[in-house]
Amino acid sequence: MGEKYAVIGKSVPKIDGRAKVTGQAKYTGDLKLPNLLVGKILTSPHAHARIISIDTTEAEKLPGVKAVITHKDVPTLKYGISPARWDESIFCSDKVRFVGDKVAAVAALDDETVYKALKLIKVDYEVLPAVFDPEEAIKEGAPQIHDEYARNINTEIHQNFGDVDKAFAEAHHLRTDRFVGNRTYQCPIEPHSAISIWEGGKLTVYSSTQSPHYFQHYIAREFGLKMGDVRVIKTYVGGGFGGKLEPTGLEFAGAVLSKITGRPVKMFYDRHEMFAHNRGRHKQIMEITTSVDKNGKITGVYANFMMDGGAYTSLGIATAYYAGAMLPLTYEFVNFKFDMIRAYTNLPACGAQRGHGAPQPRYAFECHLDNVAADLGMDPIELRLINARQPNTVTPNDFAVNSCELTECITKAKEISGWVQKKGNLPSGKGIGIGVGSFVSGAGYPIYRTNLPHASAIIKVHEDGTAATLYTGATDIGQGSDTVLCQMAAEAMGFRYENMKIVAADTETTPHDFGAYASRQTLMSGSAVKQAGEEVKGQMLELASEMMEVEVSDLDCRDSIVFSLSDPEKAMPFGEVAREFFVRKGPLVGKGSYAPPKLGGTFKGAAVGTSPAYSFAAQISEVEIDEETGEIDVKDVWDVHDCGMVINPGLLHAQVHGALYMGMGESIWEQVLFDDKGKILNPNLGEYRMPTAMDMPRITSELVESYEPAGPWGVKEVGEGATIPTMGCYANAIYDAMGIRVNSLPLSYEKVWRALKEKKEKEKA
Amino acid sequence: MEALVDNSGVKRYLVTINVNGDDYTRIVKANTLLVNFIRDELDLTGTKKGCELGDCGSCTVLMDGKPVNSCIVLAVEADGHKFTTVEGVAQNENLDRLQESFVDNAAVQCGYCTPGMIMSAKALLTRNPQPTEEEVREAISGNLCRCTGYVNIVKAILAAASE
Ligand code: FES
Ligand code: FES
Repeated sequence: MGEKYAVIGKSVPKIDGRAKVTGQAKYTGDLKLPNLLVGKILTSPHAHARIISIDTTEAEKLPGVKAVITHKDVPTLKYGISPARWDESIFCSDKVRFVGDKVAAVAALDDETVYKALKLIKVDYEVLPAVFDPEEAIKEGAPQIHDEYARNINTEIHQNFGDVDKAFAEAHHLRTDRFVGNRTYQCPIEPHSAISIWEGGKLTVYSSTQSPHYFQHYIAREFGLKMGDVRVIKTYVGGGFGGKLEPTGLEFAGAVLSKITGRPVKMFYDRHEMFAHNRGRHKQIMEITTSVDKNGKITGVYANFMMDGGAYTSLGIATAYYAGAMLPLTYEFVNFKFDMIRAYTNLPACGAQRGHGAPQPRYAFECHLDNVAADLGMDPIELRLINARQPNTVTPNDFAVNSCELTECITKAKEISGWVQKKGNLPSGKGIGIGVGSFVSGAGYPIYRTNLPHASAIIKVHEDGTAATLYTGATDIGQGSDTVLCQMAAEAMGFRYENMKIVAADTETTPHDFGAYASRQTLMSGSAVKQAGEEVKGQMLELASEMMEVEVSDLDCRDSIVFSLSDPEKAMPFGEVAREFFVRKGPLVGKGSYAPPKLGGTFKGAAVGTSPAYSFAAQISEVEIDEETGEIDVKDVWDVHDCGMVINPGLLHAQVHGALYMGMGESIWEQVLFDDKGKILNPNLGEYRMPTAMDMPRITSELVESYEPAGPWGVKEVGEGATIPTMGCYANAIYDAMGIRVNSLPLSYEKVWRALKEKKEKEKA
Repeated sequence: MEALVDNSGVKRYLVTINVNGDDYTRIVKANTLLVNFIRDELDLTGTKKGCELGDCGSCTVLMDGKPVNSCIVLAVEADGHKFTTVEGVAQNENLDRLQESFVDNAAVQCGYCTPGMIMSAKALLTRNPQPTEEEVREAISGNLCRCTGYVNIVKAILAAASE
């Protein structure tokens, strides 16, 4: 018993590993129910058009079709995940706003009939002028997408902390750069699907969701149902990355189709429809100005941003705020000004992709900082170390940072990458670069206003004491929260992980939790689980004290053995005590809940970016450029993370790998492209180029010692943090290799090739 | 292949397809995809669909030992062939060493790509029991995974090979 912890800190196998490697794990699309119908949504072929008429008669006549619905058959209440701007409808009634907007839906006996019926629905459109560029969209006279939002401004932010003008006026050096991001898509490998069953006033929805709670809340609201009459059940989910956080037309239309037909209806998106539904990363246009003093200390930053929101709000208000809010978290500076416009365009709506609004601004800032370093003749790492956030500090936008080992992360990354030997000494075509980042460990406030706790948990010990079940609303979408939370439950109870069972993410059987987003579950759901486990343990020890005739204060429980601290020979199996508990007192249950303390300031938008704790990371990469073709070959990446205490190192590093992978795709290849009519040019996994196993570099993922007082056992996040530094890190390595900068994402081979060509031409001239 | 014509004029074909050692005789349409045959007719939903265009590899099964994307094979083409799906990899209660290795090496996250990955890896190790890392990467290059960066998947396959 020498080790501090019996269960946490160990790479136990995933609790659902076996089900997943044998193919037994059922995702929503795998479920079959008696009498099941299949449903699909008809979408708009135009980017912006008035609906003149919809004729469903032919579709209805097709044998096998059970229901055809349009805006006339569904509630007209507008919805959206951001309560400040409900701007979506189940079906469009007046006009469509992007290619893929929802117009009607069909339920039929099988897929083939559904597709045939969709073709038979006749919609008359009057095509309207459309706008696809946010800078065009906000101009006077641009096509108006929503009547309520003049000049297509969806969100406008003006924040000003300290005195940027003064800092700029007194600057030793001042520099402005402009960068442009890319529209990317989460691309989970599992397509969205939902099965709705509306039966006798109760609606049950099986869904590939990141948050059963938000689905339940918004579905209940839309249909005027009591929360208790809406049951949302998460099945296994094949990845989300932010794309499955909000209910879609699949849930809303499916519910109505089920109500009308009296049968369960399975709805799904195919790959093309997933791209059209989107909610992926916003493309941001980012202008950054920074002033530094003669030592390289940042004295002020002005971020002037704009983002393409697409046709609806989705989670985009928060995205817009995040874009600025996370900037002064990574580096310390007190004077900070942030302007942002999120514009509506006639393109698919953007939302929260891994890292939310932060990765592109971080990319811009990391590139910008390297430019500043070059101006000053400083090593980029030196400049970062001078400015790195320190523990127990407060950002200008009122985020309180407890633990922070950013300096240590940078120093370690420098060491393990061989930075000193390599920087400036690599042969032509090779380069090394650094990017750093930071992220929240759970949002300080929920998406809609409520005073519900953020997480809760129940642990029930089985009557014979041989197993315990954790009931939690926390949502495992692949990242492994079921496993990590069971480890935490077992640790807190003094129980064995191997004997833990879990029931999760079912709004009827599990207690409330907001779900998987903002990297919140290890800290927040974990806190609730720890409390529940400790409550079980407390009750156990009390009874054990009677049974063993040992003072409670002298008892502990570990690895399913209750023992006396002063005389460890005196011991009793957990199961024996638990069984006796059941006999004498009934079910042995522990419960816990978690709400963060009051966080943040009082200015407009102060809530976004607040968190009980922040993670930090540094990444260094080494790249090789083929100067003939522009091809980028990333050779090595070193990631060093400060994520507090680690519950499961195996799963933690796996999160880093995956986050880095996504960042890598966005850096070099990934981008959703449109033609001049707003149609997606690459809505498939062949042409939307995600990295394959052949593209990946060697990845070294390392940690630094860290303990976060706000987290159970000292934990913080990892799921999103590792996406954030990657784009800037690669861009800086590519810059180092080429001596010339490409100021937009993705840093495609073609752009690199063009930049090199330009550079050569300039050198000749 | 003889066709049965239903009263709306649609042709159907009688096929016998061997999946995981058992013969299944069913009537299919000319356009029935093997992946749907496996998932809907046989209820073997371990074989996943991520794109239905042959891009992602989630639907990988072994056709006479070779990996194929079952979303771009027609059920009528599959007639008379032998297939292995992920459900046919474990021997009763015992996981295949590849499956064990995936669990042990944290190579599974959401698990949606996992069946396809395991089938591609299975085919590789049968053909080439001692692959290099490069060969492993090549063998799974048609299988997309959005969660793992392939790091632990490659590790798991190499570990299974070295056993
Ligand atoms: S579903 Fe077959 S390759 Fe994607
Ligand atoms: S584990 Fe999620 S796609 Fe591979």
